[in-house]
Amino acid sequence: MKITRKDFLRLSGLSFLAAGTLEAARAVAGSDSSAQNSPGKPSAQPVRWGMVVDVQKCRKDQGCDACIGACNSAHNVPHLADPKHEVKWIWTEPFENVFPFEQSEYAQQTDAGIPIPLMCNHCASPPCVHVCPTQATWKRDDGIVMMDWHRCIGCRYCMAACPYGSRSFNWVDPRPAIAHINPDFPTRTKGVVEKCNFCEERLAQGLRPACVEACPEKALVFGNLADPNSEPRQLLRKRFAVQREPELGTGPSIYYLV
Amino acid sequence: MRDRIWIIAGLALFAVVVTAPFWSERTPAKDLTKVPNLVLPVNQKDCVAPVSYMRASHMVLLLRWREEAVRQGQRRYVAFDGKVYDKSLTKTCLGCHNKEQFCDRCHTYAGVSGPYCWNCHNQPQTNVAGISPRSMP
Amino acid sequence: MFMFEKAIAGSRRYWTWLFGLLCVTAAGFISYLYQLNVGLGVTGMSRDVSWGLYIAQFTFFVGVAASAVMVVLPYYLHDYKQFGRITILGEFLAISAVIMCCLFIFVDLGQPMRVLNIILYPTPWSLMFWDMISLSGYLVLNVIITLVMLTAEREEVPAPGWIKPVILLSIPWAVSIHTVTAFLYSGLPGRAFWLTAILAPRFLASAFASGPALLILFCLVLRRLTGFDAGQKAIEKLAVIVTYATIINIFFILVEAFTVLYGRIPGDVQHLEYLYWGLDGNYHLVPWMWLSISLGVAALILLLVPAWRTSPSLLPVACVFVFLSLWLDKGLGLIVGGFVPSPLEAVTQYTPTLPEWSIVMGIWAIGALLITVFYKIALSVREELGELAGVQHSIVPEAESHQAAPSIVSTRMQQAD
Repeated sequence: MKITRKDFLRLSGLSFLAAGTLEAARAVAGSDSSAQNSPGKPSAQPVRWGMVVDVQKCRKDQGCDACIGACNSAHNVPHLADPKHEVKWIWTEPFENVFPFEQSEYAQQTDAGIPIPLMCNHCASPPCVHVCPTQATWKRDDGIVMMDWHRCIGCRYCMAACPYGSRSFNWVDPRPAIAHINPDFPTRTKGVVEKCNFCEERLAQGLRPACVEACPEKALVFGNLADPNSEPRQLLRKRFAVQREPELGTGPSIYYLV
Repeated sequence: MRDRIWIIAGLALFAVVVTAPFWSERTPAKDLTKVPNLVLPVNQKDCVAPVSYMRASHMVLLLRWREEAVRQGQRRYVAFDGKVYDKSLTKTCLGCHNKEQFCDRCHTYAGVSGPYCWNCHNQPQTNVAGISPRSMP
Repeated sequence: MFMFEKAIAGSRRYWTWLFGLLCVTAAGFISYLYQLNVGLGVTGMSRDVSWGLYIAQFTFFVGVAASAVMVVLPYYLHDYKQFGRITILGEFLAISAVIMCCLFIFVDLGQPMRVLNIILYPTPWSLMFWDMISLSGYLVLNVIITLVMLTAEREEVPAPGWIKPVILLSIPWAVSIHTVTAFLYSGLPGRAFWLTAILAPRFLASAFASGPALLILFCLVLRRLTGFDAGQKAIEKLAVIVTYATIINIFFILVEAFTVLYGRIPGDVQHLEYLYWGLDGNYHLVPWMWLSISLGVAALILLLVPAWRTSPSLLPVACVFVFLSLWLDKGLGLIVGGFVPSPLEAVTQYTPTLPEWSIVMGIWAIGALLITVFYKIALSVREELGELAGVQHSIVPEAESHQAAPSIVSTRMQQAD
């Protein structure tokens, strides 16, 4: 059998076309089947998890750290004595450090010094995700910025990129610094970065985040920001809310009612 | 010819280093015919895949579970026999198997020093009860 | 191996030097094992200052690697023949510096055994990925170039024609490695200190000052220790390059300082304040940053006056000043200054620890070791060809049997065209 150059070109063109069509058909079929396969998820309704922090309610008891304690024990967050090695998922900072633009000479009295709970902002356009060289951190379809501790190489580029200081690195083995290990959630190992995961493991079971459940004042309101009728959206319609450094264009999913 | 002593000494050193694992005290001779004394779950007969597959390829399955559960958020695993499991090392695997008496013993036997799953993943406290030692055939 | 036999025949002084470097390397390696065992907590880095000396040294030495272009470009694009003898020194410097950069990145990783994840999961929107591509590409280019050119020189045959486009490609590539390294920092929204378009040009200017300054020092050392003479003209031209680059670098620093200080946006000013005046009672970098400025200005004065610039006693002083000044500025202040104050206004002091210094010095020693061995190979090849002048100071024994060759035109030049 002799194939001329013309035949060869024709054949290879046809086979490319065939392969392309097959791929396209598979893609179309794939998107169809995935839509059918998940009846539990309302595919028409987009999800973007978010949280509203009611600072007025939160400040009622400034010694309260129920949310922090609940998060730390749910996620095996270590308590390291050296502040340089601290690991923090949810923590508090004084108002003026969190919202420096709100701190002007004469407006500082009301909120100065009150502790503001902070966590990962689960940005719409997360700088940490943009810089991660291994996709160990990425944004899920529901807006949660996830971490894959199996893949993280510990380069800490995400920590340099995060404008909110929300990320912690395991400078040392965290296990000895965990009082009671919750066996249902992995600890981390030295050399990986971690942060708040919006309790995605609880959301998967239909539960709300641990910090939200733990708050005695119900100051943390969690819900779907994409749903106009959700609890956070109703609050945001009624009250004046701010995000942290919205001018950076990161689109934080955490709103503060001030 | 002046170098002969150095060459011989070098060769001798090489031979010593290369054969070290055979006579070193740190690697005692093993009886390779003896199978590890694995403790199998008593309360559960079926695994998520046939024994032959699990014995050879459990790590492949675990890696796939890890990828799907963590990165794609798919946590339900439909096994070959139609049973549905949670894709979780801690909850599903260690729900029946004991880390020390199963995983570690076989890994030690097979000389697998690799898996550092346990740097992060925990042994649940519940599964230790109700297990009686049973040797693998 | 590539002409490796040249590297294992040397004088007592050569071996003592190598042995000393190996000892420092070994100490660094032991410190690294300690770090691997305990975690990066053994360093002075912290949650707020999450990059330190390792990444700063990486940045600085990317500049040194890129600076090879300052001898390659005049020689190949402008046919500046005086650089014929030192081009190979520049390229070997680039190879050693890139290897050091890779090591600095590696020791900074929390999970070094997973380093291949960068290749397994290529992520083109991460600058780190492109840095990996540009650095490894630059390494490969320079290895090919030196290998081919030195072999041709040794065999006394013209270099193959295809090497010319490879050399030309290495010129923009050198610029790219430092540009991409600057982009690692300058694209981060939350770090005002780095978020400036001048960062990449500034990186290049400081690189083209510090790299050639180092090369001048190497040439002077080689002239003293071996018979190799780079040529007074070549050294003087390098000094002119250092002068211009230093001027441009200082100009860029002042441009940046003006924008920040006259603009007076607090978030931008704070970083400069921390570095040069101290912030919240934390002054520990202030003396170093002013030392960097003083050394830079002193070097500039020495370099600007032609009589001083060409003076055999003042030129090395100026070069040491330039190098130290930029090492402090880029190898210390640039990274730490970007992290302090933190996004939450915290001022955290960063002081490198002993294991950290030991690891850094181990990598320097590896760099010095590579440079020594590479230069030994290059010079031995030239010596065989009877090219070295003034062999009486040679550390290489076989050179002594050679006649002192008159200063001749580099063979490299004839081959490349």
